[in-house]
Amino acid sequence: MAIKFATDEWIKALCAQLNANEAYAQAAKDWEGDFYFIVEPEGSLTETIYLYMDLWHGKCREAFATKNPDERNPAYRMSAPMSTWRKVIEKQLDPIQGMMTRKLKLKGDMMRVMKVPKAAIEIVNSCTKIETEFLE
Amino acid sequence: MWYFRTPEIVFGEDALSHLDELEGQRAFIVTDPTLASLGFVEVIQKHLRAAGMESAVFAEVEPDPSLQTVRRGAQTMREFGPDWIIGLGGGSSMDAAKAMWFLYENPEADPAGINPFDKLGLRRKARLIAIPTTSGTGAETTWYLVLTDLESRRKLALLNPEIMPDIAIVDPSLVINLPPQITADTGMDALTHAVEAYISTWHNDFSDGLSLKAIQLIFEYLPRAYADGGDAEAREKMHNAATIAGMAFGNSVTGLAHAMGHTMGAVWHIPHGRAVGLALPYVLEFTRAEAGERLAEIVCFLGMEPEPAGRAAYVLAHRIRELMRRIGQPVTLPELGISADDFESALAELTEKTELDASALTNARMATTAEIERLYRYAFAGKEVDF
Repeated sequence: MAIKFATDEWIKALCAQLNANEAYAQAAKDWEGDFYFIVEPEGSLTETIYLYMDLWHGKCREAFATKNPDERNPAYRMSAPMSTWRKVIEKQLDPIQGMMTRKLKLKGDMMRVMKVPKAAIEIVNSCTKIETEFLE
Repeated sequence: MWYFRTPEIVFGEDALSHLDELEGQRAFIVTDPTLASLGFVEVIQKHLRAAGMESAVFAEVEPDPSLQTVRRGAQTMREFGPDWIIGLGGGSSMDAAKAMWFLYENPEADPAGINPFDKLGLRRKARLIAIPTTSGTGAETTWYLVLTDLESRRKLALLNPEIMPDIAIVDPSLVINLPPQITADTGMDALTHAVEAYISTWHNDFSDGLSLKAIQLIFEYLPRAYADGGDAEAREKMHNAATIAGMAFGNSVTGLAHAMGHTMGAVWHIPHGRAVGLALPYVLEFTRAEAGERLAEIVCFLGMEPEPAGRAAYVLAHRIRELMRRIGQPVTLPELGISADDFESALAELTEKTELDASALTNARMATTAEIERLYRYAFAGKEVDF
Protein backbone atom coordinates (compact mmCIF):
# COMPACT_ATOMS: atom_id res chain seq x y z
CA MET A 1 0.00 0.00 0.00
CA ALA A 2 1.32 3.40 -1.00
CA ILE A 3 2.59 5.75 1.71
CA LYS A 4 1.97 9.48 1.42
CA PHE A 5 5.13 11.51 0.84
CA ALA A 6 6.20 14.07 3.44
CA THR A 7 4.59 12.23 6.33
CA ASP A 8 5.99 10.69 9.48
CA GLU A 9 5.16 7.23 8.14
CA TRP A 10 7.09 7.91 4.92
CA ILE A 11 10.31 9.16 6.53
CA LYS A 12 10.26 6.24 8.98
CA ALA A 13 9.84 3.89 5.99
CA LEU A 14 12.88 5.51 4.38
CA CYS A 15 14.83 5.06 7.61
CA ALA A 16 13.98 1.35 7.58
CA GLN A 17 14.94 1.04 3.91
CA LEU A 18 18.30 2.68 4.56
CA ASN A 19 18.99 0.33 7.44
CA ALA A 20 18.44 -2.57 5.06
CA ASN A 21 20.62 -1.07 2.29
CA GLU A 22 24.09 -2.65 2.39
CA ALA A 23 25.45 -0.38 -0.33
CA TYR A 24 24.40 2.68 1.68
CA ALA A 25 25.95 1.22 4.83
CA GLN A 26 29.25 0.77 3.00
CA ALA A 27 29.18 4.18 1.29
CA ALA A 28 28.38 6.10 4.48
CA LYS A 29 30.33 4.00 6.96
CA ASP A 30 32.67 6.89 7.86
CA TRP A 31 30.05 9.64 7.70
CA GLU A 32 27.74 11.16 10.23
CA GLY A 33 25.28 14.05 10.18
CA ASP A 34 21.63 14.86 10.68
CA PHE A 35 19.32 16.43 8.13
CA TYR A 36 16.13 18.30 7.67
CA PHE A 37 14.73 17.41 4.26
CA ILE A 38 12.41 20.38 3.89
CA VAL A 39 9.33 20.08 1.70
CA GLU A 40 8.20 23.56 0.72
CA PRO A 41 4.50 24.34 0.23
CA GLU A 42 3.17 23.76 -3.26
CA GLY A 43 -0.20 22.73 -4.69
CA SER A 44 -2.35 21.18 -2.00
CA LEU A 45 0.56 21.22 0.49
CA THR A 46 0.03 24.49 2.33
CA GLU A 47 2.56 24.16 5.17
CA THR A 48 6.28 23.44 5.19
CA ILE A 49 7.11 19.90 6.33
CA TYR A 50 10.45 19.07 7.95
CA LEU A 51 11.58 15.47 7.53
CA TYR A 52 14.29 14.79 10.10
CA MET A 53 16.88 12.03 9.72
CA ASP A 54 19.86 11.25 11.90
CA LEU A 55 22.42 9.41 9.78
CA TRP A 56 25.23 7.74 11.68
CA HIS A 57 27.98 5.63 10.08
CA GLY A 58 25.84 3.92 7.51
CA LYS A 59 22.69 3.64 9.59
CA CYS A 60 19.63 5.77 10.22
CA ARG A 61 19.26 6.24 13.99
CA GLU A 62 16.12 8.35 14.07
CA ALA A 63 13.54 9.77 11.68
CA PHE A 64 10.33 11.77 12.07
CA ALA A 65 8.27 14.46 10.36
CA THR A 66 7.46 17.77 12.00
CA LYS A 67 6.01 21.17 11.17
CA ASN A 68 8.15 22.83 13.83
CA PRO A 69 11.54 23.89 12.38
CA ASP A 70 12.95 24.38 15.88
CA GLU A 71 12.32 20.83 17.02
CA ARG A 72 15.92 19.98 16.09
CA ASN A 73 18.91 21.95 14.86
CA PRO A 74 20.41 19.61 12.26
CA ALA A 75 23.79 20.03 10.59
CA TYR A 76 22.21 20.03 7.14
CA ARG A 77 19.04 21.47 5.65
CA MET A 78 18.05 20.51 2.12
CA SER A 79 14.94 22.19 0.79
CA ALA A 80 12.82 22.04 -2.36
CA PRO A 81 9.15 22.15 -3.32
CA MET A 82 7.12 18.94 -3.47
CA SER A 83 7.42 18.64 -7.27
CA THR A 84 11.24 18.74 -7.13
CA TRP A 85 11.39 16.07 -4.42
CA ARG A 86 9.11 13.96 -6.57
CA LYS A 87 11.53 14.26 -9.53
CA VAL A 88 14.42 13.15 -7.30
CA ILE A 89 12.53 10.20 -5.86
CA GLU A 90 11.33 9.10 -9.29
CA LYS A 91 14.94 9.42 -10.60
CA GLN A 92 14.09 12.15 -13.08
CA LEU A 93 16.52 14.51 -11.32
CA ASP A 94 19.98 13.41 -10.24
CA PRO A 95 20.44 14.69 -6.67
CA ILE A 96 23.96 15.96 -7.33
CA GLN A 97 22.82 17.84 -10.45
CA GLY A 98 19.85 19.08 -8.45
CA MET A 99 22.18 20.59 -5.85
CA MET A 100 24.49 22.05 -8.49
CA THR A 101 21.61 23.82 -10.22
CA ARG A 102 20.18 24.87 -6.82
CA LYS A 103 16.91 23.09 -7.48
CA LEU A 104 17.77 21.36 -4.22
CA LYS A 105 19.09 23.99 -1.85
CA LEU A 106 21.56 22.61 0.67
CA LYS A 107 22.81 24.43 3.75
CA GLY A 108 25.61 22.89 5.80
CA ASP A 109 29.21 21.78 5.36
CA MET A 110 29.39 21.21 1.59
CA MET A 111 32.86 19.68 1.75
CA ARG A 112 31.67 16.85 3.97
CA VAL A 113 28.66 16.13 1.77
CA MET A 114 30.81 16.04 -1.38
CA LYS A 115 32.93 13.29 0.15
CA VAL A 116 30.07 10.81 0.05
CA PRO A 117 28.22 11.21 -3.27
CA LYS A 118 27.47 7.51 -3.37
CA ALA A 119 25.58 7.77 -0.10
CA ALA A 120 23.33 10.43 -1.68
CA ILE A 121 22.61 8.14 -4.62
CA GLU A 122 21.86 5.23 -2.30
CA ILE A 123 19.43 7.35 -0.28
CA VAL A 124 17.58 8.01 -3.53
CA ASN A 125 17.72 4.31 -4.38
CA SER A 126 16.13 3.55 -1.02
CA CYS A 127 13.43 6.17 -1.67
CA THR A 128 12.49 4.42 -4.91
CA LYS A 129 11.77 1.22 -2.97
CA ILE A 130 8.99 2.92 -1.03
CA GLU A 131 5.66 2.85 -2.82
CA THR A 132 4.96 6.56 -2.58
CA GLU A 133 1.83 8.61 -3.10
CA PHE A 134 2.40 12.30 -3.85
CA LEU A 135 -0.01 15.13 -3.09
CA GLU A 136 -1.01 16.97 -6.26
CA MET B 1 17.84 22.03 -16.15
CA TRP B 2 21.54 21.92 -16.85
CA TYR B 3 24.26 24.16 -18.28
CA PHE B 4 26.61 24.01 -21.24
CA ARG B 5 29.89 25.72 -20.42
CA THR B 6 32.97 26.26 -22.51
CA PRO B 7 35.90 28.68 -22.68
CA GLU B 8 36.56 30.69 -25.82
CA ILE B 9 38.60 28.27 -27.90
CA VAL B 10 41.38 29.42 -30.22
CA PHE B 11 42.60 26.51 -32.34
CA GLY B 12 44.68 25.57 -35.34
CA GLU B 13 48.02 26.60 -36.77
CA ASP B 14 49.43 29.76 -35.18
CA ALA B 15 46.70 29.87 -32.52
CA LEU B 16 49.32 31.12 -30.06
CA SER B 17 49.37 34.43 -31.93
CA HIS B 18 46.08 35.17 -30.18
CA LEU B 19 48.28 36.07 -27.21
CA ASP B 20 49.60 39.04 -29.23
CA GLU B 21 46.15 40.61 -29.03
CA LEU B 22 45.66 40.25 -25.27
CA GLU B 23 44.84 43.40 -23.37
CA GLY B 24 46.50 43.66 -19.98
CA GLN B 25 49.64 44.53 -18.08
CA ARG B 26 51.07 41.36 -16.57
CA ALA B 27 50.81 37.65 -17.29
CA PHE B 28 51.88 34.86 -14.95
CA ILE B 29 52.83 31.54 -16.55
CA VAL B 30 52.35 28.32 -14.57
CA THR B 31 54.18 25.32 -15.99
CA ASP B 32 56.55 22.43 -15.23
CA PRO B 33 60.36 22.33 -15.30
CA THR B 34 60.52 20.12 -18.41
CA LEU B 35 58.47 22.48 -20.56
CA ALA B 36 60.51 25.39 -19.28
CA SER B 37 63.75 23.65 -20.25
CA LEU B 38 62.41 22.80 -23.72
CA GLY B 39 61.86 26.45 -24.57
CA PHE B 40 58.04 26.47 -24.55
CA VAL B 41 57.95 29.29 -22.02
CA GLU B 42 60.11 31.58 -24.18
CA VAL B 43 57.68 31.09 -27.06
CA ILE B 44 54.76 32.20 -24.88
CA GLN B 45 56.73 35.14 -23.47
CA LYS B 46 57.60 36.33 -26.99
CA HIS B 47 53.89 36.56 -27.79
CA LEU B 48 53.19 38.33 -24.50
CA ARG B 49 55.88 40.91 -25.26
CA ALA B 50 54.17 41.51 -28.61
CA ALA B 51 51.06 42.34 -26.60
CA GLY B 52 53.08 44.77 -24.51
CA MET B 53 52.80 42.65 -21.40
CA GLU B 54 55.29 41.83 -18.66
CA SER B 55 55.46 38.19 -17.65
CA ALA B 56 56.70 36.02 -14.82
CA VAL B 57 57.05 32.25 -14.63
CA PHE B 58 56.42 29.60 -12.00
CA ALA B 59 57.94 26.43 -13.46
CA GLU B 60 57.79 24.12 -10.45
CA VAL B 61 54.61 22.14 -11.08
CA GLU B 62 55.14 18.43 -10.48
CA PRO B 63 53.04 15.55 -11.81
CA ASP B 64 49.96 15.28 -9.56
CA PRO B 65 50.45 18.83 -8.24
CA SER B 66 50.38 19.25 -4.50
CA LEU B 67 48.48 21.68 -2.35
CA GLN B 68 51.85 22.80 -1.02
CA THR B 69 53.22 23.64 -4.52
CA VAL B 70 50.04 25.48 -5.36
CA ARG B 71 50.32 27.61 -2.21
CA ARG B 72 53.92 28.46 -3.05
CA GLY B 73 52.99 29.41 -6.60
CA ALA B 74 50.08 31.54 -5.44
CA GLN B 75 52.40 33.48 -3.14
CA THR B 76 54.72 34.24 -6.08
CA MET B 77 51.67 35.16 -8.14
CA ARG B 78 50.49 37.63 -5.48
CA GLU B 79 53.89 39.32 -5.42
CA PHE B 80 53.77 39.77 -9.22
CA GLY B 81 50.12 40.85 -9.42
CA PRO B 82 49.04 39.54 -12.83
CA ASP B 83 45.83 40.30 -14.69
CA TRP B 84 46.25 37.17 -16.81
CA ILE B 85 47.25 33.70 -15.61
CA ILE B 86 48.44 31.13 -18.15
CA GLY B 87 48.41 27.41 -17.41
CA LEU B 88 50.88 25.85 -19.88
CA GLY B 89 51.33 22.10 -20.01
CA GLY B 90 49.43 18.91 -19.40
CA GLY B 91 46.64 18.46 -16.90
CA SER B 92 48.95 19.00 -13.91
CA SER B 93 50.07 22.49 -14.95
CA MET B 94 46.57 23.55 -15.96
CA ASP B 95 45.10 22.24 -12.70
CA ALA B 96 47.83 23.96 -10.69
CA ALA B 97 47.10 27.23 -12.52
CA LYS B 98 43.40 26.91 -11.66
CA ALA B 99 44.16 26.38 -7.98
CA MET B 100 46.74 29.20 -7.82
CA TRP B 101 44.22 31.50 -9.49
CA PHE B 102 41.70 30.63 -6.78
CA LEU B 103 44.25 31.40 -4.04
CA TYR B 104 45.36 34.62 -5.76
CA GLU B 105 41.77 35.85 -5.72
CA ASN B 106 41.04 34.43 -2.24
CA PRO B 107 44.31 34.55 -0.24
CA GLU B 108 42.75 33.33 3.00
CA ALA B 109 40.75 30.47 1.48
CA ASP B 110 41.49 26.75 1.57
CA PRO B 111 41.62 25.21 -1.94
CA ALA B 112 40.35 21.96 -0.44
CA GLY B 113 37.09 23.82 0.16
CA ILE B 114 36.37 24.40 -3.53
CA ASN B 115 32.94 22.88 -4.15
CA PRO B 116 30.35 23.19 -6.90
CA PHE B 117 27.81 25.07 -4.80
CA ASP B 118 29.63 28.17 -3.49
CA LYS B 119 30.55 31.39 -5.33
CA LEU B 120 34.34 31.63 -5.61
CA GLY B 121 34.51 35.31 -6.61
CA LEU B 122 37.04 34.74 -9.40
CA ARG B 123 37.89 37.23 -12.19
CA ARG B 124 38.14 40.25 -9.89
CA LYS B 125 41.93 40.33 -10.33
CA ALA B 126 42.76 38.09 -13.27
CA ARG B 127 41.49 35.77 -15.96
CA LEU B 128 42.80 32.35 -16.93
CA ILE B 129 44.19 31.03 -20.22
CA ALA B 130 44.89 27.30 -20.60
CA ILE B 131 47.35 26.10 -23.22
CA PRO B 132 47.60 22.29 -23.48
CA THR B 133 50.87 20.69 -24.56
CA THR B 134 49.47 17.15 -24.70
CA SER B 135 46.40 15.89 -26.54
CA GLY B 136 44.34 14.15 -23.92
CA THR B 137 43.47 15.73 -20.60
CA GLY B 138 40.85 18.22 -21.74
CA ALA B 139 41.62 20.28 -18.61
CA GLU B 140 41.70 23.40 -20.79
CA THR B 141 37.91 23.19 -21.08
CA THR B 142 36.78 21.82 -17.72
CA TRP B 143 35.87 23.19 -14.32
CA TYR B 144 37.55 20.37 -12.45
CA LEU B 145 40.97 20.12 -10.86
CA VAL B 146 42.82 17.49 -8.87
CA LEU B 147 45.37 18.31 -6.17
CA THR B 148 47.35 16.09 -3.81
CA ASP B 149 47.66 16.96 -0.14
CA LEU B 150 51.11 15.69 0.79
CA GLU B 151 50.43 16.01 4.51
CA SER B 152 47.28 13.88 4.59
CA ARG B 153 48.29 11.83 1.46
CA ARG B 154 44.88 12.50 -0.05
CA LYS B 155 43.87 13.37 -3.59
CA LEU B 156 41.38 16.22 -3.72
CA ALA B 157 39.02 16.26 -6.72
CA LEU B 158 37.59 19.77 -6.75
CA LEU B 159 35.00 21.36 -9.00
CA ASN B 160 33.27 24.66 -9.47
CA PRO B 161 31.94 26.25 -12.68
CA GLU B 162 33.84 29.50 -12.07
CA ILE B 163 37.19 27.72 -12.28
CA MET B 164 36.81 27.05 -16.02
CA PRO B 165 39.46 28.88 -18.08
CA ASP B 166 38.33 31.96 -20.02
CA ILE B 167 40.36 31.04 -23.09
CA ALA B 168 41.80 27.73 -24.30
CA ILE B 169 44.54 27.98 -26.92
CA VAL B 170 44.81 24.71 -28.82
CA ASP B 171 47.89 25.12 -30.99
CA PRO B 172 49.16 21.93 -32.68
CA SER B 173 52.75 23.22 -32.84
CA LEU B 174 52.99 22.45 -29.12
CA VAL B 175 52.45 18.70 -29.55
CA ILE B 176 54.43 17.97 -32.71
CA ASN B 177 57.31 16.38 -30.78
CA LEU B 178 55.33 14.39 -28.21
CA PRO B 179 56.92 10.94 -27.71
CA PRO B 180 54.85 7.97 -29.00
CA GLN B 181 54.15 6.59 -25.51
CA ILE B 182 52.69 9.91 -24.30
CA THR B 183 50.77 10.23 -27.56
CA ALA B 184 49.20 6.81 -26.94
CA ASP B 185 48.48 7.33 -23.24
CA THR B 186 46.95 10.78 -23.64
CA GLY B 187 45.05 9.72 -26.77
CA MET B 188 43.38 6.92 -24.84
CA ASP B 189 42.45 9.41 -22.13
CA ALA B 190 40.72 11.55 -24.75
CA LEU B 191 38.91 8.54 -26.24
CA THR B 192 37.71 7.46 -22.80
CA HIS B 193 36.43 10.97 -22.08
CA ALA B 194 34.48 11.02 -25.32
CA VAL B 195 32.94 7.54 -25.05
CA GLU B 196 32.06 7.82 -21.36
CA ALA B 197 30.54 11.28 -21.83
CA TYR B 198 28.26 9.81 -24.51
CA ILE B 199 26.91 7.02 -22.31
CA SER B 200 27.01 8.59 -18.83
CA THR B 201 23.81 9.24 -16.95
CA TRP B 202 24.42 12.99 -17.39
CA HIS B 203 24.79 12.89 -21.20
CA ASN B 204 22.82 15.56 -22.98
CA ASP B 205 22.03 16.89 -26.44
CA PHE B 206 24.73 19.53 -26.21
CA SER B 207 27.57 17.18 -25.31
CA ASP B 208 26.54 14.27 -27.54
CA GLY B 209 27.71 15.72 -30.85
CA LEU B 210 31.06 16.63 -29.33
CA SER B 211 31.54 13.06 -28.09
CA LEU B 212 30.80 11.53 -31.47
CA LYS B 213 33.11 13.88 -33.37
CA ALA B 214 35.94 13.34 -30.90
CA ILE B 215 35.56 9.54 -31.12
CA GLN B 216 35.64 9.69 -34.91
CA LEU B 217 38.75 11.90 -34.97
CA ILE B 218 40.60 9.73 -32.44
CA PHE B 219 39.96 6.46 -34.27
CA GLU B 220 41.18 8.04 -37.51
CA TYR B 221 44.14 10.07 -36.34
CA LEU B 222 45.55 8.53 -33.14
CA PRO B 223 47.27 5.63 -34.96
CA ARG B 224 48.80 8.10 -37.41
CA ALA B 225 50.02 10.47 -34.69
CA TYR B 226 51.51 7.48 -32.84
CA ALA B 227 53.20 6.00 -35.90
CA ASP B 228 54.59 9.29 -37.19
CA GLY B 229 54.90 12.06 -34.66
CA GLY B 230 55.72 14.49 -37.45
CA ASP B 231 52.37 13.93 -39.18
CA ALA B 232 51.15 17.50 -38.79
CA GLU B 233 47.58 16.78 -39.86
CA ALA B 234 47.23 13.89 -37.39
CA ARG B 235 48.72 16.01 -34.60
CA GLU B 236 46.33 18.86 -35.24
CA LYS B 237 43.28 16.57 -35.44
CA MET B 238 44.25 14.77 -32.22
CA HIS B 239 44.85 18.07 -30.45
CA ASN B 240 41.41 19.25 -31.52
CA ALA B 241 39.85 15.88 -30.60
CA ALA B 242 41.20 16.04 -27.05
CA THR B 243 39.72 19.50 -26.51
CA ILE B 244 36.41 18.49 -28.09
CA ALA B 245 36.31 15.43 -25.80
CA GLY B 246 37.08 17.73 -22.89
CA MET B 247 34.09 19.88 -23.77
CA ALA B 248 31.98 16.71 -24.00
CA PHE B 249 32.83 15.25 -20.61
CA GLY B 250 33.05 18.71 -19.05
CA ASN B 251 29.38 19.17 -19.78
CA SER B 252 28.39 15.56 -19.22
CA VAL B 253 30.60 13.43 -16.95
CA THR B 254 32.75 10.32 -17.13
CA GLY B 255 31.90 6.86 -15.79
CA LEU B 256 33.19 3.62 -14.36
CA ALA B 257 36.28 3.38 -16.59
CA HIS B 258 37.46 6.61 -15.02
CA ALA B 259 36.66 5.34 -11.54
CA MET B 260 38.74 2.21 -12.23
CA GLY B 261 41.46 4.26 -13.92
CA HIS B 262 41.73 6.73 -11.03
CA THR B 263 42.05 3.81 -8.65
CA MET B 264 44.63 1.86 -10.68
CA GLY B 265 46.63 5.07 -11.05
CA ALA B 266 46.61 5.64 -7.31
CA VAL B 267 47.44 2.03 -6.40
CA TRP B 268 49.99 1.16 -9.10
CA HIS B 269 51.17 4.63 -10.19
CA ILE B 270 50.45 4.07 -13.86
CA PRO B 271 49.71 6.87 -16.32
CA HIS B 272 46.12 8.02 -16.17
CA GLY B 273 45.33 7.58 -19.87
CA ARG B 274 46.77 4.06 -19.97
CA ALA B 275 44.69 3.06 -16.95
CA VAL B 276 41.35 4.48 -18.08
CA GLY B 277 41.92 3.18 -21.62
CA LEU B 278 42.56 -0.34 -20.35
CA ALA B 279 39.35 -0.27 -18.32
CA LEU B 280 37.17 1.19 -21.06
CA PRO B 281 36.37 -1.93 -23.17
CA TYR B 282 35.52 -3.98 -20.07
CA VAL B 283 33.23 -1.24 -18.78
CA LEU B 284 31.45 -0.97 -22.14
CA GLU B 285 30.80 -4.71 -22.15
CA PHE B 286 29.54 -4.48 -18.57
CA THR B 287 27.23 -1.58 -19.52
CA ARG B 288 25.98 -3.30 -22.68
CA ALA B 289 22.31 -3.47 -21.72
CA GLU B 290 21.84 0.00 -20.22
CA ALA B 291 23.85 1.86 -22.88
CA GLY B 292 23.29 -0.56 -25.77
CA GLU B 293 21.44 1.82 -28.06
CA ARG B 294 23.86 4.65 -27.51
CA LEU B 295 26.82 2.35 -28.12
CA ALA B 296 25.10 1.22 -31.33
CA GLU B 297 24.93 4.89 -32.36
CA ILE B 298 28.71 5.20 -31.85
CA VAL B 299 29.27 2.06 -33.92
CA CYS B 300 27.16 3.50 -36.76
CA PHE B 301 28.87 6.89 -36.52
CA LEU B 302 32.23 5.16 -36.97
CA GLY B 303 30.94 3.81 -40.27
CA MET B 304 30.65 0.21 -39.17
CA GLU B 305 27.74 -2.04 -39.98
CA PRO B 306 24.73 -1.31 -37.72
CA GLU B 307 24.66 -3.67 -34.77
CA PRO B 308 21.76 -4.64 -32.53
CA ALA B 309 21.99 -2.81 -29.21
CA GLY B 310 22.95 -5.99 -27.36
CA ARG B 311 25.99 -6.57 -29.59
CA ALA B 312 27.19 -3.00 -30.02
CA ALA B 313 29.19 -2.94 -26.77
CA TYR B 314 31.18 -5.99 -27.83
CA VAL B 315 31.78 -4.63 -31.33
CA LEU B 316 32.96 -1.27 -30.01
CA ALA B 317 35.07 -2.87 -27.26
CA HIS B 318 36.73 -5.09 -29.91
CA ARG B 319 37.42 -2.04 -32.09
CA ILE B 320 38.93 -0.17 -29.13
CA ARG B 321 41.20 -3.10 -28.23
CA GLU B 322 42.34 -3.24 -31.87
CA LEU B 323 43.20 0.46 -31.70
CA MET B 324 45.05 -0.07 -28.40
CA ARG B 325 47.15 -2.86 -29.89
CA ARG B 326 48.05 -0.66 -32.86
CA ILE B 327 49.37 2.01 -30.51
CA GLY B 328 51.16 -0.37 -28.14
CA GLN B 329 48.75 -0.04 -25.23
CA PRO B 330 48.07 -2.90 -22.78
CA VAL B 331 44.63 -4.47 -22.94
CA THR B 332 44.98 -6.65 -19.84
CA LEU B 333 46.44 -6.08 -16.39
CA PRO B 334 49.34 -8.53 -16.90
CA GLU B 335 50.27 -6.61 -20.05
CA LEU B 336 50.39 -3.56 -17.82
CA GLY B 337 53.03 -5.36 -15.77
CA ILE B 338 50.81 -6.44 -12.88
CA SER B 339 51.71 -9.84 -11.46
CA ALA B 340 49.14 -12.26 -10.06
CA ASP B 341 50.46 -11.65 -6.54
CA ASP B 342 50.34 -7.88 -6.91
CA PHE B 343 46.84 -8.16 -8.31
CA GLU B 344 45.48 -10.34 -5.54
CA SER B 345 47.01 -8.24 -2.80
CA ALA B 346 45.57 -5.03 -4.27
CA LEU B 347 42.12 -6.32 -5.27
CA ALA B 348 40.25 -5.37 -2.10
CA GLU B 349 41.67 -1.84 -2.14
CA LEU B 350 40.96 -1.47 -5.87
CA THR B 351 37.37 -2.55 -5.37
CA GLU B 352 36.68 -0.29 -2.41
CA LYS B 353 38.27 2.81 -3.90
CA THR B 354 36.54 2.31 -7.25
CA GLU B 355 33.16 1.96 -5.61
CA LEU B 356 33.62 5.23 -3.72
CA ASP B 357 34.93 7.19 -6.73
CA ALA B 358 32.34 9.74 -7.88
CA SER B 359 32.75 8.72 -11.53
CA ALA B 360 31.36 5.27 -10.74
CA LEU B 361 28.03 6.88 -9.86
CA THR B 362 27.34 8.25 -13.31
CA ASN B 363 27.91 5.02 -15.19
CA ALA B 364 24.75 3.94 -16.98
CA ARG B 365 24.93 0.65 -15.06
CA MET B 366 25.73 1.10 -11.39
CA ALA B 367 28.18 -1.59 -10.30
CA THR B 368 27.92 -3.41 -7.00
CA THR B 369 30.97 -4.24 -4.91
CA ALA B 370 31.00 -7.81 -6.23
CA GLU B 371 30.64 -6.64 -9.84
CA ILE B 372 33.57 -4.23 -9.52
CA GLU B 373 35.72 -7.02 -8.16
CA ARG B 374 34.70 -9.27 -11.07
CA LEU B 375 35.47 -6.51 -13.58
CA TYR B 376 39.02 -6.34 -12.25
CA ARG B 377 39.29 -10.12 -12.44
CA TYR B 378 38.13 -10.05 -16.07
CA ALA B 379 40.60 -7.24 -16.84
CA PHE B 380 43.34 -9.40 -15.35
CA ALA B 381 42.29 -12.46 -17.36
CA GLY B 382 41.63 -10.44 -20.54
CA LYS B 383 38.17 -11.97 -20.70
CA GLU B 384 35.11 -10.52 -22.42
CA VAL B 385 32.62 -9.42 -19.75
CA ASP B 386 29.59 -11.73 -19.66
CA PHE B 387 27.82 -10.77 -16.44
